Amino acid sequence: MSQPKLLISQAKFDLIVKRFALQLIEIHGDFANSAMIGLQPRGVNLAKRILDVITELQPENSLRYGELDHTFFRDDIGRGEIFMPKRSTINFSTEGLQIIMVDDVLYTGRSVRASIDALMSFGRPKQIELMVLVDRRFKRELPISPNYVGVEVDSRSTGEHVKVDWSETLQQVWLLSNKE
Amino acid sequence: MTTQLPIKHLLGIKGLEASHIQTIFETADNFKSLLNGPVKKTPALRDITIANLFFENSTRTRVSFELAEKRLGADIVNFSSSSSSVKKGETLIDTVNNILSMKVDMVVMRHPAPGACVFLSKYIDAQIVNAGDGTHEHPTQALLDAFSIREKFGDVAGKKIVIIGDILHSRVALSNIYCLQLLGAEVMVCGPATLIPKNIHHLGVSVTHTLQDALKWCDVANVLRIQLERQDERHFPSLKEYSSLYGLTLERLKGLDKEICIMHPGPINRGVEISSDVADGEHSIILQQVENGVAVRMAVLFLLGQQRL
Repeated sequence: MSQPKLLISQAKFDLIVKRFALQLIEIHGDFANSAMIGLQPRGVNLAKRILDVITELQPENSLRYGELDHTFFRDDIGRGEIFMPKRSTINFSTEGLQIIMVDDVLYTGRSVRASIDALMSFGRPKQIELMVLVDRRFKRELPISPNYVGVEVDSRSTGEHVKVDWSETLQQVWLLSNKE
Repeated sequence: MTTQLPIKHLLGIKGLEASHIQTIFETADNFKSLLNGPVKKTPALRDITIANLFFENSTRTRVSFELAEKRLGADIVNFSSSSSSVKKGETLIDTVNNILSMKVDMVVMRHPAPGACVFLSKYIDAQIVNAGDGTHEHPTQALLDAFSIREKFGDVAGKKIVIIGDILHSRVALSNIYCLQLLGAEVMVCGPATLIPKNIHHLGVSVTHTLQDALKWCDVANVLRIQLERQDERHFPSLKEYSSLYGLTLERLKGLDKEICIMHPGPINRGVEISSDVADGEHSIILQQVENGVAVRMAVLFLLGQQRL
């Protein structure tokens, strides 16, 4: 692939975020027993935007929000790359809650596996759901499947990656070759 | 995150940069929040084995390192010289190499000889964390002390810290001086002239022999124990006299027009260098130091350990 491919434009991004918010309101109601967890680093950006829309649509909701770093639970520590942790901020017990984990791109599934383990450090949730902006569904290395998906990318190439722009004013998602 | 920790061993604070210490602190912040949660364990170092080699007595440091290692999921072996072949005349390198041949990745060592860890690092392949080498350095103690000051005040830079007591025999004092200065603090040492190295001003610290002057100057007082086990001659007439001149008491603190934060690396000799009402008082962060010790040691072990596997 030579030309970068725009997977999600700004307009489509806004639609997806609104759809996510509406889906969550439909399924979780007033969020009395729910918590949204943004996965560090970039899942946090998406989670905050969804949270804003939920608050707009349903100002009286009781959705708890936290941010989770999975560095200490990775399965590739000491295998080349050096990892530096980001902060986990979960100021509530996850015991018995329905958790919505939010990330930007689901690829091999290893980060999600580590995040599930990390989340269990904060209690035993009743249920964990996974919400992702982009699902590269043919690149999975673990049996992990998302509950809510923005777009699916069917590329099987290992020479491509998904890039999400997270500036304040513009959010776009591109499929790029690894040389770019 | 500022930068990574590009060192193989932690032999001392000397040689580190401020950014390395910030990296350790930021990682320790994460571990501290983990330790305050319901599940205190991570599998981060599950593939590595750590040997704790203690050639000298220790309670806090040893338990703290062991807890840190266990909470990182590492396999550990413990060794103390009193029950080992060291008593039969084995050399340090032989002892350590024998242990390493059993596939140990990292060594946490306390030794009575200054420089023992530096010496060992030249001859063995494993990573070494200095848990105190004679009168030389005790880097993780200095890191947890500075981390505790940062936690109390928000920042170490600009703070005035006095280290009181047996500076001459103290590895904690030396590591603290290096660490606090790197982070931008002002350091003063206070004690009888016989217990302060005569050229210590070359390290950029100020010196006083009057406790009240030191207390008036400082934001934080880090009180050290008199290390009788390292003193081969008498440096002061009696413990009673030392205590009357340099013992930190509530009366002395009440005479000040401000509150100062009290620290002590332990073990405390109550009634000698510090009175019980000060050690247990509201301005003491002695137990927070111990608590922070586990998080800081987890950070050091994690940052070093992930380089190696």
